[in-house]
Amino acid sequence: MIRIYSIISLILIGMIFIYVADEMPAFGSPDNQINNRVYDRYTERSFEETGVTNIVTAILAGYRGYDTLGETTVIFTAGMSLMLLFSRWKNG
Amino acid sequence: MIYPLGLLLLLFLVICALIAVSLKDLLDSVIVLSVYSLIMALTWLEMNAPDVAFTEAAVGAGVTTFLFVAALSKTKRREE
Amino acid sequence: MANGEITSIVIRTVSRIIIPFIQLFGLYTIIHGEASPGGGFQGGVILGTSIILLTIVFGLEEAKRRIPRGLILVFMSLGLLIYSGIGLLDMLFGGKYLEYTRLPLPLPAHEISALSILCVEIGIGITVMSVIILLFFYSVRDEDAHGINA
Repeated sequence: MIRIYSIISLILIGMIFIYVADEMPAFGSPDNQINNRVYDRYTERSFEETGVTNIVTAILAGYRGYDTLGETTVIFTAGMSLMLLFSRWKNG
Repeated sequence: MIYPLGLLLLLFLVICALIAVSLKDLLDSVIVLSVYSLIMALTWLEMNAPDVAFTEAAVGAGVTTFLFVAALSKTKRREE
Repeated sequence: MANGEITSIVIRTVSRIIIPFIQLFGLYTIIHGEASPGGGFQGGVILGTSIILLTIVFGLEEAKRRIPRGLILVFMSLGLLIYSGIGLLDMLFGGKYLEYTRLPLPLPAHEISALSILCVEIGIGITVMSVIILLFFYSVRDEDAHGINA
């Protein structure tokens, strides 16, 4: 019985996903929402504003520096809490 | 995006995911999962995103496999 | 095999040759990340992977002897300190937090920014490398650094 329930719920969730995927913007289309706001500025002026030729690095470390700082803090916090939890390391 | 190549890569991706779920030996499952990550990296590369492909190859196919194997060496290898 | 190391001479020699090249490639990925794919995160992962290879081949004792715990702690904090320190330095010279172009160096503004981004990438790389080494050191036991009990 529980099998039938799980199959029915899976089909329902799958239908929702397929319905939502139909509403997603088309792959690589220039009319997408992400392509008409800051796209021009990144591709044209990122070198003179950040001095970096790789636009991905310019966005990650230059324009979105706060986000990358947050990511590094998350990694640092993971390592630090691991060290605090399991600190039975013999320093040989 | 080259259409047939992308379709083939995505097909292999789905096949690898299904195999990784259905295997009983968890070490084999980890290996298939690393193959999955490698195909995912190829897919990113084929979508002209080499930075993400680099991350996926280094983290997904490298470090995650090592960490899974290290975790397996502390627990049981076979699924009941 | 006594203390969790591989005794095969082929694997030991090949790893001894290949580990410096892996580390060189990691450094290249960090430093050249401004012009080619790559960056701090990827390079840090590659540097950490070379230490994982060293641990698997030469045993956990050897790796812990080369990389003591205090060094990992210092590196982990140093990376984040470089990143946030550059942000604070920008604030000190009158800019916003992480506004790179305000540092008083005798260079054009975009080159100061590129230099700051390089330092930021190095900081990220150091932190990620130490955390990955730490994760692997904690997840292998002393007696079975490589083997799996069936």
